[in-house]
Amino acid sequence: MVMAGVLAGCGSGGGGSDSGTITAYVYGDDAVKVQQAAVDTFNKTSKVKVKLVSVPGTDYVNKLRSAMGSPSAPDVFFNWGGGSIKPYVDSDDLVDLTSTIKNDATLKDGFLPAVMTAGGLEGKIYGVPMRGMQPVMLFYNKALFAEHEIEPPKTWEDLQAAIKTFKTAGITPFALGGSDKWPELMWMEYLLDRIGGPEVFRKIQDGDTQGWGDPAVLETARTVEELVDDGAFGKNFNSVDYGNGGAPTLLNKGKAAMHLMGSWEYSTQLGKAPEFAKKDLGWTAFPTVAGGVGDPANVVGNPTNYWSVNARTKHKDTAVAFLKTMASQTYAQALVDNGDVPTTSGAASMLSGSPNPQFASDQYEMVQKAPNFTLSWDQALEAQYATPLLTEISKLFAGKTTPEQFVAAMKAAR
Amino acid sequence: MPHHTPVAKRHGDRKAAVGDVGRPPVAWAVPGILFFAVFAIVPLAIAVYLSFCTWDGLDSPTLTGLDNWTRLFNDSEFGQAAWLSLVLTTVSWVFQTPVALLLGVWAAGRQRGRAFLSAIFFIPLLLSTTAIAMLFHALLDPNFGVIRTIGPWLGIDPDVMGSSTGALLVVAFVGGWQFMPFHTLIYQGGARQIPEVLYQAASIDGAGMVRQFFHITLPQLRHTATTSSVLMIVGSLTYFDTVLIMTKGGPGTDTTILPYLMYRTGFQTYDLGYAAAIATALVVVATGVSLLMVRLSGFGSMRSTREGM
Repeated sequence: MVMAGVLAGCGSGGGGSDSGTITAYVYGDDAVKVQQAAVDTFNKTSKVKVKLVSVPGTDYVNKLRSAMGSPSAPDVFFNWGGGSIKPYVDSDDLVDLTSTIKNDATLKDGFLPAVMTAGGLEGKIYGVPMRGMQPVMLFYNKALFAEHEIEPPKTWEDLQAAIKTFKTAGITPFALGGSDKWPELMWMEYLLDRIGGPEVFRKIQDGDTQGWGDPAVLETARTVEELVDDGAFGKNFNSVDYGNGGAPTLLNKGKAAMHLMGSWEYSTQLGKAPEFAKKDLGWTAFPTVAGGVGDPANVVGNPTNYWSVNARTKHKDTAVAFLKTMASQTYAQALVDNGDVPTTSGAASMLSGSPNPQFASDQYEMVQKAPNFTLSWDQALEAQYATPLLTEISKLFAGKTTPEQFVAAMKAAR
Repeated sequence: MPHHTPVAKRHGDRKAAVGDVGRPPVAWAVPGILFFAVFAIVPLAIAVYLSFCTWDGLDSPTLTGLDNWTRLFNDSEFGQAAWLSLVLTTVSWVFQTPVALLLGVWAAGRQRGRAFLSAIFFIPLLLSTTAIAMLFHALLDPNFGVIRTIGPWLGIDPDVMGSSTGALLVVAFVGGWQFMPFHTLIYQGGARQIPEVLYQAASIDGAGMVRQFFHITLPQLRHTATTSSVLMIVGSLTYFDTVLIMTKGGPGTDTTILPYLMYRTGFQTYDLGYAAAIATALVVVATGVSLLMVRLSGFGSMRSTREGM
């Protein structure tokens, strides 16, 4: 570990980037082909060429971190906005794009406003949206709902009634990959948003750890405790994961009725159980919570991913020109063809060409109409708070801490 | 550590070696020493230095004196992790040593099918830890794994990975399953070195199988046991990949052992100064344990098991 830092520090001592090229780091997964195509098109007309470096997903954060501290840092890089770029903002590594975007019609009007602001920090914009949206949605097994003659829950009472019905039938009401920890986070995010509104978390995100002391947080933690005690997630969710397909399989085999998950659940199901995905996979918004003050139209999840520009780049103009192509029709179309829902403002009309037009347009509408889009907490907070947060949430779900202890631990997080 | 005897011996050796034509000069060790310095000593020194700094991996490290260390001694999570590491190490040793010893002694013999079975026993060691962790993870899936079928039959709760004790035992078991062949191999080598005459003499005196095992095999394998135990204990203390893949430190923090805590602190929280303090503490503990083992077993005094033969 230390070696990595040291080697990166003294490795290419002052080499810098080659003249005439800018390097762009991207999270290496299936969607890279869309970015590669955009780069190829851009390079045809640009003097300064963009070189796309696809970093394997699991290594992305660490690789970026060590590269940014070294002379061979990328000029442009993929990120999740919010806390994921906070350290770079703090060490003056990023170009503030606020005025650039304000003065450029293509960028300013090109994207959904909620998405554009969700990636920024303290009112400033540091990134341009570059991939599909990933709101968290409540997925359900249509066949099971039909069999037990109930509707997908719209209110908290509906949800509790559904839990009862499915439990009696020996079906786990909600699939939950507790071993991965982050699926549990989604419950916290939606519950806090519905109970206390998005302001509660925004305060915390802006650096006030005492914000965890808000009564809505305690109420959220208590609700989680109740859900767990009620058996809403079954008994063994602590040893179920998402990554290896545990939780999605519970849903598509009819062993669990619902699954709160990011919109990528659709493609996961399409890959694992195509029949089920096409026929029996339903989706809806997170229900309202009794007594809550949050707008039920609010959404949580990952608004999208962003390109940010390294302040030390030698070709800032090229970088910005490249970022502008993200607002183009061609790029949005390529995302749609890949099964993603773009965050560009004119995307609605393209979605009919999506692999599942209904799913794509429901998702787009949900985000478009959302008064607020809260970025996933683990991305919104800096790593130093995000990791203890996931640990504390896991302890809460596992019944190792009380809601009061959870609040106290989060207030004390350093 | 007070290594009086060996130091004195080495001095004696050097005197005796003066003018010894066949011995290679010290210069031959230079590449080895350099290699060791670059890849072990220097990083270790940097880790120790970083443990007195705060560093997020981006800016330069800032010296903060003993901050990380005072935090370490007051951190209940570190305390829990240290305790879990200790438990895991003990469980692993207790589980692996008797089995490896018996299998090793058995594999040193000339029974029918021995070579074939030895080859089978050896397979787990050839697999990557990641593959093994993923395999057991799938087998122990509470909804779709074999554990669902055979668990209740064996009296095991299928949610074994979701319970605190269960998860830790699973980690110990999976590690043991993988590394037992290695220790078996060590014991096999040791057992093959025991002179046949000892057994011949013993059977002439009328000692049976069991007496032979306890009075010849076990004492003769003393140094082998030390070697194997030191490797096993240091291995368990630095155990990491299985935890990362199978439990991610959970449920809650119930399998967050020291190396995993270090990883989480360093590479998820980017608190590299504090992670370095944890790493340094781990090095100190592991070195201490190995030295203690070597000393208690008399291994360091370099006495041969064949003395008096």
